[in-house]
Amino acid sequence: MAKITVDGRTFEVDDSDNLLEALLGLGEDLPYFCWHPEMGSLGSCRQCAVVQYMDENDERGRVVMSCMTPVTDGAILSVQGEKASDFRESNIENLMLNHPHDCPVCEEGGECHLQDMTVMSGHKDRQYKYQKTTFNNQDLGPFIGHEMNRCITCYRCVRFYGDYSGGDDLAAFGSRGRVFFGRTEDGVLENEFAGNLVEVCPTGVFTDKTLSAHYTRKWDLQSAPAVCTGCSLGCNITVSERYGEVRRVHNRYNSEVNGYFLCDRGRFGAGYVNSDDRIPYCGIRDANGVYEATSAEDILSHLKTLLSDAKSVVGIGSPRSSLEANFALQTLVGEDNFYSGLSAVEAEIASLQLQVLNSDLKTPSLAEVEDCDAVLILGEDTTNHAPRLALSIRQAVRNEAKDLAKEARIPLWQDAAVRKLAQDAKSPLFVLTSSADRLDGIGTGIRLSSEDIALAGINIANGIDGTAEDDADIQSIVEALTNASKPLIVTGSSSACPEIVKAAVNIATALSKRNAETGLLICTDEANTLAAARLSEKPFPTTGADVAIVLENDLSLRVAGATLDDWLAQVTSLVVIDSLDNSISSRSSLVLPAATFAEAEGTYINNEGRAQRSFGAFKPKGDIAPAWDWLLRICHDQNLLTGVEQFDDLLGSIASANEDLAGAVDAAPNAAFRVHGQKISRMTHRSSGRTAIVADVSLHEPKQPEDNNSALTYSMEGTNQDSPGGMKAYTWSPGWNSNQSISKYQNEISGSAGEGTRGVKLFVDSSSQLAALETSPGGNSSAVSVVPNWHIFGSDELTNRCEAIHSLAPSPYALLNSATASKLGVKAGDALKLAAGEAPSLAVMLDDSIAEGCVICPVLEETRAYLHLPTAGDGLLVKDESWTPPADAENIISSDRSS
Amino acid sequence: MTDKPLTKNIKGDKPADLAAYEANGGYVAVRDTIGKKSSSDLLDIIKDSNLRGRGGAGFPTGMKWSFVPMDKTEGHKYLVCNADEMEPGTFKDRVIMEKDPHQLVEGMILSAYTIDADIGYIFIRAEYHAAARRLREAINAAKEKGYLGENILGTGYNFELHVHSSAGRYICGEETALLNSLEGKRANPRAKPPFPQVSGLWGRPTIVNNVETLCNITHIVANGADWFKDLGLGEDSGTKLFGVSGRVKSPGCWELPMGTPIREIIEDHAGGMADGYELKGFLPGGASTDFLLPEHLDLAMDYDVIMKAGSRMGTGTMIILDDQVCPVAMVRNIIEFFARESCGFCTPCRDGLPWVHKILDSIENGRGEPQGMDILNRQAAFLGAIGHTNCALAPGAIEPLASAMKYFGDEFNQHIEEKRCPYSNKNGAN
Amino acid sequence: MSMAQDKMVSALSEQEIEEIEAEISHLPNRQAAAIDALKIVQGHRGWISDESLGAIANLLQMSTAELDGIATFYSLIFRQPVGEKVVMVCDSVSCFLMDGETVSKSIKEKLGIDFGETTSDGKYTLLPVTCLGDCDHAPAMMIGDEEHHDLKPETVGKLFDDASKRSGDDAS
Ligand SMILES: Cc1cc2nc3c(=O)[nH]c(=O)nc-3n(C[C@H](O)[C@H](O)[C@H](O)COP(=O)(O)O)c2cc1C
Ligand code: SF4
Ligand code: FES
Repeated sequence: MAKITVDGRTFEVDDSDNLLEALLGLGEDLPYFCWHPEMGSLGSCRQCAVVQYMDENDERGRVVMSCMTPVTDGAILSVQGEKASDFRESNIENLMLNHPHDCPVCEEGGECHLQDMTVMSGHKDRQYKYQKTTFNNQDLGPFIGHEMNRCITCYRCVRFYGDYSGGDDLAAFGSRGRVFFGRTEDGVLENEFAGNLVEVCPTGVFTDKTLSAHYTRKWDLQSAPAVCTGCSLGCNITVSERYGEVRRVHNRYNSEVNGYFLCDRGRFGAGYVNSDDRIPYCGIRDANGVYEATSAEDILSHLKTLLSDAKSVVGIGSPRSSLEANFALQTLVGEDNFYSGLSAVEAEIASLQLQVLNSDLKTPSLAEVEDCDAVLILGEDTTNHAPRLALSIRQAVRNEAKDLAKEARIPLWQDAAVRKLAQDAKSPLFVLTSSADRLDGIGTGIRLSSEDIALAGINIANGIDGTAEDDADIQSIVEALTNASKPLIVTGSSSACPEIVKAAVNIATALSKRNAETGLLICTDEANTLAAARLSEKPFPTTGADVAIVLENDLSLRVAGATLDDWLAQVTSLVVIDSLDNSISSRSSLVLPAATFAEAEGTYINNEGRAQRSFGAFKPKGDIAPAWDWLLRICHDQNLLTGVEQFDDLLGSIASANEDLAGAVDAAPNAAFRVHGQKISRMTHRSSGRTAIVADVSLHEPKQPEDNNSALTYSMEGTNQDSPGGMKAYTWSPGWNSNQSISKYQNEISGSAGEGTRGVKLFVDSSSQLAALETSPGGNSSAVSVVPNWHIFGSDELTNRCEAIHSLAPSPYALLNSATASKLGVKAGDALKLAAGEAPSLAVMLDDSIAEGCVICPVLEETRAYLHLPTAGDGLLVKDESWTPPADAENIISSDRSS
Repeated sequence: MTDKPLTKNIKGDKPADLAAYEANGGYVAVRDTIGKKSSSDLLDIIKDSNLRGRGGAGFPTGMKWSFVPMDKTEGHKYLVCNADEMEPGTFKDRVIMEKDPHQLVEGMILSAYTIDADIGYIFIRAEYHAAARRLREAINAAKEKGYLGENILGTGYNFELHVHSSAGRYICGEETALLNSLEGKRANPRAKPPFPQVSGLWGRPTIVNNVETLCNITHIVANGADWFKDLGLGEDSGTKLFGVSGRVKSPGCWELPMGTPIREIIEDHAGGMADGYELKGFLPGGASTDFLLPEHLDLAMDYDVIMKAGSRMGTGTMIILDDQVCPVAMVRNIIEFFARESCGFCTPCRDGLPWVHKILDSIENGRGEPQGMDILNRQAAFLGAIGHTNCALAPGAIEPLASAMKYFGDEFNQHIEEKRCPYSNKNGAN
Repeated sequence: MSMAQDKMVSALSEQEIEEIEAEISHLPNRQAAAIDALKIVQGHRGWISDESLGAIANLLQMSTAELDGIATFYSLIFRQPVGEKVVMVCDSVSCFLMDGETVSKSIKEKLGIDFGETTSDGKYTLLPVTCLGDCDHAPAMMIGDEEHHDLKPETVGKLFDDASKRSGDDAS
C-alpha cells in the first residue's frame, strides 16, 4: 500500500497499480482511452494526464500520464488542477480534429466512451477549420461493422485482437495521421473473440451489425442480467430488447467468470429468439395430423385429462433448460420416470464431472484459470466448445512472462514492456487433440486419436505417480505439471470420449496428492448439462409410455435416428415444451410454447458447479411462458407443488428437496428484494417513446407488465444504479454512459463489482477423496474412429438458428489423413456417409496432421447424434457412391479458420 | 596525437581502406585492449572522459553504459549504432561512414567489449547506399583480420557486427523506435522505463549510440580521458563535427573543439554569409532546436551554454535563416516534415502537428486569421514539453516554431494583417 | 505447409529466398527479417505487390496483415508500382532554403509529372523525400541509388537526359 495526495486529500492505494488505476479506484473522473483494465497501459492517447509534484515545495509540477506512472508512496498529485485539466482539454481537442462528429447516425452514440470523455475533458468549441482525414471502410463479415473515420487511434483493437486473443488478421497500417485499423483486404474477422471489439473500441469504429440491423439506442433498450446459454461456461451477459425482439447481447462483467469479454457465439447468437421458427401458440394436433392453435386453458385441461388417464408417463429433461423447469418436470413425472435427456456419452461425462465436483479436487473459475502456470488439455477443443475458456488459457500461458517481468521489476500493467521482455517465453501448455487446435500456436499441439489421448493421459497419471515412462512427450508433460505451482488439467465432452475424461481425472487426482493447487476443469456441451445430470443419472428411456413430456430438447441431436424413431413409435402422446420448432416438436401431439432465456428467469449451473441466475429482458408474447411456469401449472393440475406459486417458491422446493442445490437460492436476491425500497428497473431512466411503443394497438398507454418473479421491473421506474452487481440490468453511472462505467461499481479495478455478481458455487463442502477411476481405453486400434469436431458457429443447437451465425457454419465434412482415406477407399473430392446412410454425406478432405485412423466430423444438427454414439467407429463410415460435390466445395469449412 | 581525431583519416573523396586506416594508428586500441583490459576499467575511462552523446540529446555516454547489467546473464547483449541521421540539416555521420568506416567499426568493437555485448548492428538510413556499402566492406575486412567475429585476436571475445539498412522514416532515429525497427516491427517508440540498457532489442540489454559518439570511443581508449577532456575549449570534452548549411559562402562540416564559438564556425569555417544575404537567425543543431539570433554568435558551442541561451546543441549542424527567406515559410517547412514523420502513436503529435502545419500554411498563403496565433501558442504549450508525448519528436518539432514566434512574431502577424507573405516574390512561395 | 502456401512462396525467386534466408540466419526469429525481406524483394521487383506480400509473409511464417502493417509504416516500401527509377527530391529545410522548390519545379516540368506520379514511359516516379544529409550541397536529390547535389534549376533537367542516355547505352 502507498499513501498518495490527490488535490490536497490523502488516500491509501495499492502500490502495484499505476496512478490511473488508483485514481479510478478512488472514484475520480479521470478520462482515458488506450488503457484498458484487462489489457494494461500503452501510453498512446495521452488523455489520462495528471500533474505530479516532486514535493511540497514544487509549485509547477509536471504533466505525467497517469496510466504510465506507478503509484509511489508519498506521491503528490493534481487531477483537477488547471495545468492537468488544460492539458486534457487540449488533448481531446486534438484527438477530435478528424472525428466526423456523426453521433446522430453512429451506433455508439449514447454509450460512447469518446462522447463521455470529451464532455468530461471539457472540450466543446471546435476551432479546427481544415479538411478532415477520411478512410475507406471494410466488410468484416456478418457480425462487425467498420467505420474508420471515427477512429481515435488508441490501438485498443489491435491490442485486444492480436496480443490478448491471438488473432492475426487485424493490424495497424500506415503511420502518422493516417493509421488504419483493419484487415489486409475485406473479409470475415477470423478471431472467435472479434465481437469484443465492439466494446473494446471506445468509439464507433467497430459496431455490432446484428444490432445495426434493427438499431436501438442504449437508453431505449430494456435489458436484463442474463447468463449465456451458448456453452457450459455460463458467461454473464446483458440481454437487451425493444419491441418484443432481442436487439443485442453485451458482456456483463463478472470478476470470476467472463471478466470483460465474451466469445462471438455468445455475443451474436441470440438472434434465434426473434426467429420465425418460434412456436407462438399452444397447439394440439388434430385427427388429420394438423396443428390447431389452442388457448392455454384448453391445452392445460387437455393435458390434465391426458395425464390422469395415462398409465405411464415419462419426462425427458433438458441440458439447456433451467434447473427449475427440469425440477418441475421431475416432480411431475416422478423421479423414476425422469430422464436427463442427455446423450449417453454426455451423461457419462457429466456424472464423472459431478463426482469430481463432489470430491476434494479443485475446479477453478475462469479467473483462476488465468493464474495457472501449466496447462494440459486432453481431447477438448476449448476454442470451439467452451470458447471463453480458450481466452483465459491464452492469458494463463503468459504467467511465465509475468514472472520474468516481476523479476525485472517491470510492473505488469506495462503491457508492451512485459511482452517485449518476455519475447516468446510462455508457461507450458500441451494440447492433446485429434485435429488442429487454435491454441496450438501458443503451446505444444499433439495429434492423437481419442483412444491414444486417453492412453497418454493414463501414462501421464502414472508418470506423476512415479511409474517410469520413457515417452519423451509424456515426460515433458509430467515434468511441466509437477513443476508448476498451479497446474491445470482441462478436458470435456468435445471429443465425446469418457475414457479421456477419466484419464484426466486420474491425472488431477495424482497431481493433487502432490499439489493441492491442482485444478481440473471439465467442459460439457450445454449451459445446464450439470443441472439435468444432477437430477437424473438416466439419460434416455428404453421403453415408450402413454405420455412422454419432452422439455426443451431436440432429441434428434442426442439420440440417433433409428433408436429415436423406435422410441417415438412406442409413445402414444408426445408433449413438447419448447421455444423453437424442431424435429421433435414437429412430431408431437401437443406443443406448449416456451420462453427463451431472454424472456424467462432460471438457474444455470455451469461447468465449475456455479449456480447463476439469469433474468429475462422482456415478457414473452401471448401465451408463451417460461417452461418452468408451464410445468408448475401442469403440476398444480395434478395437485403437485401446491402452494408453490412463484419462481422463488419453486427454487425453495428445489433447495429443500436437494441439499446440494440449496445454494442456488442465494445466486441472486429474491423477488422481494428492494433497493432504497424500489425494484430494479430494466429500462434506463432516459427511455424515450415508451408511451408510443404500443400506440399502434392502443393510444392509452397501457400499464407496464408486472414481474412478480424477480426484483426487476419491466419499466424505467425503480433504480438500477445502486443495485447489486449481479442484478444490474445495464451499466451506467453519471457521466459514464458506456460500458466503461463498470469501473464505478468495482471495489477496485477489475475487482468484484458488488454483491451477487459471482453466483454461488455448489457442491463446495465436499471433502471426499476421489480414488483413481477404472479406465479401459483402447478397443480395436485398427478400426477407424470418428471424432466430433465442434465449431463455434454451427455446432450449437440454438445459436445456429441465428442467421449471422449460420452463415459461418461449415457444411458436413470428413477430415482424415491419406492413410485412413485409402483404408476407407476414398480420396479428396469423394464423400463418406455416417451410420450407413442415415446421416448426411461428408465431403472428404485430406489433412496429414490428423492421427491415423481418425475421421474428424463437424458437430452439426444433422451429424451430432451420430457422433455421440458410444460405438462410433467400426463400420460406421462408408463411401458415398452417389456424391456430387457442391459448387463451392473449396470453402466447405468456411468457419474453420484454424489452419 | 592529433587534435582532430575524428577526421584524421579523411582526405579527399577516397575512403580510407583497412591498410590506410591501420597505417594511421587504426586498430591499435583494439589490439591493446581486447582481452588485456577489463571492461570495468574501460567504463571508468569513458565515464571519466565526460563524453556526451552526439546524437542530439547529449546524455553522458559512460553513465548510460553503467546501467547495463554486467553480471553474466544468459543470452545476448546488443550494441546498436544509430546511423539513421535523418534530422533535417544534419550531415555529419555520413561523412565518417563514407570516408572512414573502420573508425566506426573499431569504436563499436571497443564499446561492445566495454558493455560485454556480443552482437552489434549499425542501423543506417536507407538513402546512405555508399556508406552502407563501405561499412559492409570494412566489416568484412576487419573480420578477415580477426578484429571482428568469433574469438577476436585469439582472446576468446566474440562480437559480430551487421549493417541493417532502414526503409525510411525519421522516427527510426529515436532509439527505441529504432529497436522496434531492427526487430522488424513498426517503428513506434517504446515507453520508458524500461530503458533499453535493461530491456532493449528483443528484450535484452542494449546500448544505442550515435555514430559520432561511438567513433570517439576509439580515441578515448587510445589516448585517455584527460587527453579527451583537454580537447574541449570549455566545459565539454572532445571535438565535435560542426556543420553549417543555408546561405553561407561555404557550407560544410568541420571537426572543431567542443566550445568553439558560433561566430568562428559561421564566419571563419563557413566563410560568413553569402553575398547579398544577412544573418537573421539560426538553428544551432538541426531542425528540432530553437532559433538563436545574431546576438548569440559569441556563445560557445557547449551543451549547457546553448541550453542556457534557450536552445539546444542538438547535432551541432546549424541551419541559417537569412534575411531574404520567410521565417514563417521556413518553420512551415520544418513542421510539415515533423507532421509527416510522426509515427502516429500518440495524440498530440499525430493530430496536433498536422493542425499546426495547416495553420502555418494558411498564414504563409495569406489566409491566416488572428485566432491562428492563439491556437499556435496553445499548441506549442501542449506539444512542446517532454512527457506530454511518448517520445521527443513532437517537443523537438515545436522548438523552432515556439522560438520563431518569440523572435519573429511580428512577421507572423504581418502575414495575417496583410493577408500575404511579405517575402512572396523572393522565395517562390506564392 | 498447405499447397496454397507452397504456391505463394514459390512466387519468390530462388535468389530472393536465398537473400532473405541469409538475413534470417543472424536474427533470433524469422519475423525479425520482415523489413529486410521487403527491401530485398523490392530491390528485385521495384515494389511489393499483394502477391509478393503474401509470399514473404508465408516465408517468414507471419500473418499477411502484420507484414502489411509493417510495409505500410515505412515510407520507402512501395505498395504501388513505381517507375524504373524513383526520383526523390529533398524538400526539407536546408534544400528549401537553397531554393529547392524552384529545382523541384524544373524537375516536374522536365519529367512532365507532379510528385507522386510516374512518367508515361514508366521510367521515373517522382517523390519528395526527407533531408538526404547532404545539406552543405543543397539542393539534393536521388535518381535511383545515385545521389545528385548542388542542383540548379537550369541544369537539373540535363541529369535526366544523361541518365537515360546511360541506360540507353546499357540496353545496346
Ligand atoms: C525523433 C527522434 C529522432 C532521432 N534521430 C536520431 C538520429 O537520426 N541519429 C541519432 O544518432 N540520434 C537520433 N535521436 C536520438 C536518439 O534517440 C538517441 O538519443 C541517440 O541515438 C543516443 O545516442 P547518443 O547517446 O550517442 O547521442 C533521435 C531522437 C528522436 C526523439
Ligand atoms: S511524439 Fe510523435 S513520433 Fe513520438 S511517439 Fe508520439 S506520435 Fe510517435
Ligand atoms: S489512458 Fe493513459 S495514455 Fe491513454
